[in-house]
Amino acid sequence: MRELKKALTLALLAVAISATAAVAAGDRKEAQAQVDFGIKVAEQGLWKEAIYRWERAVALDPTYAAAFNNLAVGYETAGLFDKAKAAYERALELDPKNANIRQNFDLFKEVNERANRKPTR
Amino acid sequence: MRTANRLASLAFVLLAASACASASLEVPVETPIKPKIDVSQFSRVYVAGFVAGGSEDVDGNLESVRLIRNQLKNKSHLKVIDADVLQLMEAAERTPAAGVTITDAAGPGTGFPKAVKDDSDLKAYDPLFANTGYWKRIGEEMQGALIVTGSVMFTPHSTQGYVQKEQEVYDTFGRRQVVPVRTYMERKGFILRPKFIFIDGRTGAVIYTETFREEVLYAADQASPALSTYFELMDRVVPAFLSTLSSQSIRGTRTLLR
Repeated sequence: MRELKKALTLALLAVAISATAAVAAGDRKEAQAQVDFGIKVAEQGLWKEAIYRWERAVALDPTYAAAFNNLAVGYETAGLFDKAKAAYERALELDPKNANIRQNFDLFKEVNERANRKPTR
Repeated sequence: MRTANRLASLAFVLLAASACASASLEVPVETPIKPKIDVSQFSRVYVAGFVAGGSEDVDGNLESVRLIRNQLKNKSHLKVIDADVLQLMEAAERTPAAGVTITDAAGPGTGFPKAVKDDSDLKAYDPLFANTGYWKRIGEEMQGALIVTGSVMFTPHSTQGYVQKEQEVYDTFGRRQVVPVRTYMERKGFILRPKFIFIDGRTGAVIYTETFREEVLYAADQASPALSTYFELMDRVVPAFLSTLSSQSIRGTRTLLR
């Protein structure tokens, strides 16, 4: 009887874990769909819509480095430099070895530096 | 069976490759840069003139005024006033200290160097830029326009030392290689240091000041006319100058990821 209870508990636990994983997987899938759609509209120059999509993607999956990278690019095109910087930093935190993100961030820093260049009195 | 396996592997490799290729996408982007100063209250701009010094081969005052006026005409929404270029060095001598009403009868000032050769010579002209009375009067003549003035130092410069160059070498098999070599070189060129001062023509007060420094060096035996070097260096400064007054956009590419 004891063993039966134990088995039942384990089975319930397994079901609970797999259910949670399924929700997370669902969110990830939805986030990926938002990222893909964002890329499509960004290619057509509709950056505001793209930003909205990528903001939804990172809300659904806050561990999605690519979404943060794209969002940073979107913020850059909108002139929102502080937000772009934060998004790039988050993207690199999540995927520090990603050369594409690093290159984007380096290019952004060059532009940002130019925009904030202080007068040399 | 073996062929089928091979085909399946090939299909998998192709699929994987296409998945990798589509994982990132390079897109063109335009990043807007806001102007550093708000010039929305002005509809006109008057590039008055500059205190110029350094090389005598280039008239830093006239050339800078012409170049900046042209750039502003093409890349700014402000109407550029094509009035006479001020000879600020002469004006400084005729202009009394700040706060004193200017009259044509004002006697010549003292302490102004005949030619501007370095920073200390330039410093003598600082009171002129701070003279709100003088600039207000100029502004009134120009109907309260935004005034651009300042100084331009364009000085010859030479240096010597070791520089790293890339050199082609061929090994015993005739293969070409490019190797870095350190060679001692004498080089000469110019340093350009423009200081732009933006003045509110309605009040005569300085709104903003920005200084740049650019330099170029050539091999000592390479002849490069001073005027073309001046334009080469000014070309580097102009985008930053324009971004002070009007919003600019920087074009580039970024990589979007899936």
